[in-house]
Amino acid sequence: MPLKLWRKPLDADKIKVLHGEVYIIKERCKGGKGCNFCIEYCPKEVLEESEEFNKKGFHPPRVKDENNCVLCGFCEAVCPDFAIFTVEKNCEGGC
Amino acid sequence: MSEELHPFETFLRKEMIPHIWCDGCGNGIILNSYLMALKDLNIDFNKVVTVAGIGCIGRVSGYTKTDSYHTTHGRAVAFATGVKLANPELKVAVISGDGDLFAIGGNHFIHAARRNVNLQVICANNFTYGMTGGQYGPTTPLDAWTSTTPYGNVEHPFNLIHLAAASGAVYVARWTTLHVRRLTESIKKALQKEGFSFIEVITPCPEIYGRYNKMRTGIDMMNWFRKASEIRNYSDPAKAEITPERIVLGEFVDIEKPSFGRLLHGMTAKVQEKMKRGNR
Ligand SMILES: Cc1ncc(C[n+]2csc(CCOP(=O)(O)OP(=O)(O)O)c2C)c(N)n1
Ligand code: SF4
Ligand code: SF4
Ligand code: SF4
Ligand SMILES: [Mg+2]
Repeated sequence: MPLKLWRKPLDADKIKVLHGEVYIIKERCKGGKGCNFCIEYCPKEVLEESEEFNKKGFHPPRVKDENNCVLCGFCEAVCPDFAIFTVEKNCEGGC
Repeated sequence: MSEELHPFETFLRKEMIPHIWCDGCGNGIILNSYLMALKDLNIDFNKVVTVAGIGCIGRVSGYTKTDSYHTTHGRAVAFATGVKLANPELKVAVISGDGDLFAIGGNHFIHAARRNVNLQVICANNFTYGMTGGQYGPTTPLDAWTSTTPYGNVEHPFNLIHLAAASGAVYVARWTTLHVRRLTESIKKALQKEGFSFIEVITPCPEIYGRYNKMRTGIDMMNWFRKASEIRNYSDPAKAEITPERIVLGEFVDIEKPSFGRLLHGMTAKVQEKMKRGNR
């Protein structure tokens, strides 16, 4: 039996969990064993390695599970190559 | 993929991107953080000059869409001093390497700090001369291997935090490229201070420093930073030496003191006024 929620948190209707949409500019990325900072330091393990090559022979990351992205923006901040960024997902119809 | 653009697209000189830095190099993170600080503060890019010296990190001046100045080796602070005095309206940020700022450029650094020239100096400390092949320099840790210390370094490194604080900087902080959020906050703070501020950024150079020291990748180096980092805000700068076991981070100095520009321009105005009266 699940615990009955006897009190609704006062700000329950104000807190909005943000969801992110991840964009990867593959040709700019220097991913692979050498970088992969975004994969390693994403707190939600949204990204994973891929075997795909870009023109320069690097492996851009792949989105594993975008639903987990909380739009913290750390991947964007830690990317040395301006190759990844996130924008807020429109969740009007539910996410 | 849609047509969404990277938020810093218009802050970069597009024809120069992708940059030349190696995969796993931290220099791009420093550039990223600097642009974020400028964006957060809503600073007009036409009112900013980014000054760099020579070295891998020196290329930063070519990548930002602010006005910029790629100077000669060791002289970034000297050129920046000139820019700031000639046009006090401008924000003048120096972004340069540990070798550039503290080996050949060491004297410019300490005297600009002593005079409290209104500059924001960001040092990318990768513990080596990256661009010229990984020679040891004034920040290379004791015992570290480099291309010119094949048996280990026998020289003691500078503690840059202590050096900057003792030289008179009004704001002194140290972060690593893994602490990019706090780094951005520090850059924002520094950009709003009057006087000489200094931020040391510990940054990975897996290509030519890490490879000699059992850290082949950027992640290896960043994981070392994570393991060794201790945040100790306003702790004693003298105790902020970097060892393999301990990298002390934080803000160390945040004081107020009139800047060189303010004192100099004030004095000039006073003397001119006096001469005008004397001539009457
Ligand atoms: C007058 C002069 N001496 C020496 C050099 C060679 N040189 C170029 S970059 C550099 C060192 C750069 O080291 P650092 O400032 O730490 O930058 P990094 O490459 O590590 O980012 C040296 C010695 C030069 N360009 N000019
Ligand atoms: S951090 Fe940037 S350059 Fe590195 S793998 Fe991720 S997207 Fe590519
Ligand atoms: S925004 Fe945060 S949660 Fe989303 S992918 Fe990037 S690092 Fe992961
Ligand atoms: S040699 Fe080192 S500092 Fe220079 S670009 Fe490569 S990783 Fe960066
Ligand atoms: Mg260096």
